[in-house]
Formats: sequence, C-alpha cells, structure tokens
Amino acid sequence: MTVLLHEEFVVTRGDYKNAGSVSSAIKDKLRTIGIDAKILRRISIACYEAEINMLIHAWGGLITMDVSDDGTVRFVFKDPGPGIPDLDDAMTPGFSTASDDAREMGFGAGMGLPNIRKVSDDFDIQSSPEGTTITLGFHL
Amino acid sequence: MKIQELVEKTNWKTLVLENPDAEVMGGFAGDLLSWVMGNGKPGEVWVTVQVHLNVIAVSSLCEFAGIVLCKGANMPEDVLAKAKDEGLNVLYSDLPAYETIRTLVGLGI
Repeated sequence: MTVLLHEEFVVTRGDYKNAGSVSSAIKDKLRTIGIDAKILRRISIACYEAEINMLIHAWGGLITMDVSDDGTVRFVFKDPGPGIPDLDDAMTPGFSTASDDAREMGFGAGMGLPNIRKVSDDFDIQSSPEGTTITLGFHL
Repeated sequence: MKIQELVEKTNWKTLVLENPDAEVMGGFAGDLLSWVMGNGKPGEVWVTVQVHLNVIAVSSLCEFAGIVLCKGANMPEDVLAKAKDEGLNVLYSDLPAYETIRTLVGLGI
C-alpha cells in the first residue's frame, strides 16, 4: 500500500470562530481529487464532528489524512487530553458533557461520536487522560 | 422548485442569495447542530433559530439549498458575510418555526 496524499491539520482549542474550517479544507482537498460526492459527504460529517469535539472537549489536536492506492482514506484525530471518562457513555446517542456555552451555540446534542461511527466504514476510539485518538477509514 | 421561486412565493426576506438556482428538494428543522449534521440531506432548506457562525459550516457541509431563519433569529453581519463567502442562501421568514414549516409544506416542499 502506498500513500498517495498525506495532509495534516491543526485544530486550536476553543477557536469557535474557525470551527469547521479544517473540515471544509479537507472536503475541498478531496473534491479536487474526484472523490465520490456521497462518500465525500460522509467524510465531511465525520471530520466536522471530530473537529468540533477537539474544540469543545479537548485541548485542540491534530488531524492527519492519508489517501492510499488501496482505495481508502484514513483519518487519525489525536488530541492531548483530557480524555473521555466513560467511552460507553460517550458513544450513547444523546449523552453529552458539553458546557452551557457550547450548548448555546447549538452543540451538545450528544450525537457527535454516534454520527462519526455511523458514517465511517472503519471506526476505532482509544482514550485515556493523556488523550483521545479516533481512527477512521473510508472505502472509496 | 428553485430557492429564488420560494423567495418570490413567500416574500420572505432575503439576507443572502448567492445561489438562487439551488433546487429545494425538501426541508429539515432543527437547532442542534450534530442532529442536523446526522439527519439533514442535500438540497433541503434548513429551518432553524440558530444564528452562530457554525450554522454556516453545517449548512455548507450538508449542502443545504438554503437556511430559513425563524422569527426573532437575527443573524449577525459577520455570519451573513461568511454565508456570502460560502455561496449560500439565507432567508428570514419572520414566522415561528411551526408556521414557517407549514408554509413550506403548503408550497409542496
């Protein structure tokens, strides 16, 4: 397997003003290489939700994207903490620990991680107080 | 129908109309962004009272035909400017959400 395209994006904690900008950049990048619109839409949803999670819940983070010649796009969303205390709770639709500030902006539906799992072909999440890593795969 | 036609039939205020030929394929109502992201479909008009900047990102990523703001939802100028940059459509119905949706349904949307 050869990586044809590798990109990295930094997400800054609490930068609500630019929330979604990384997801938009990823979408634009993948559109230029001709990825199917339906798959692109699923990727966009997953990236947006993960980006927002990094802003709201984590201390920012790094998103890496690899497009490979085996027909997959893989993403790793890695943040430096503080981690998710109970992953089962976090994966339950409707469960949220979002702050009042975040809720006022329309976040905190408790649908972020469930949405990400729903739209991705491969999904893995690992979390500890040192950080959370979400790995996603999409088959083109 | 195209969103331009929707504007003409409803007389709703046009805040941003950068893509007047956008085809309206249906409607979606909601104010929780993840809920909207997970359930909204391309070509729908999104009825909401949310006016924060992230509404623009969600609308763009969901590929909605337009955003319809309900009575009392005043979108700040910088958010409208962003909507313009993104080539989106933003209307203001001056009606509560229920009445807004009823109008859309009455038009066959």
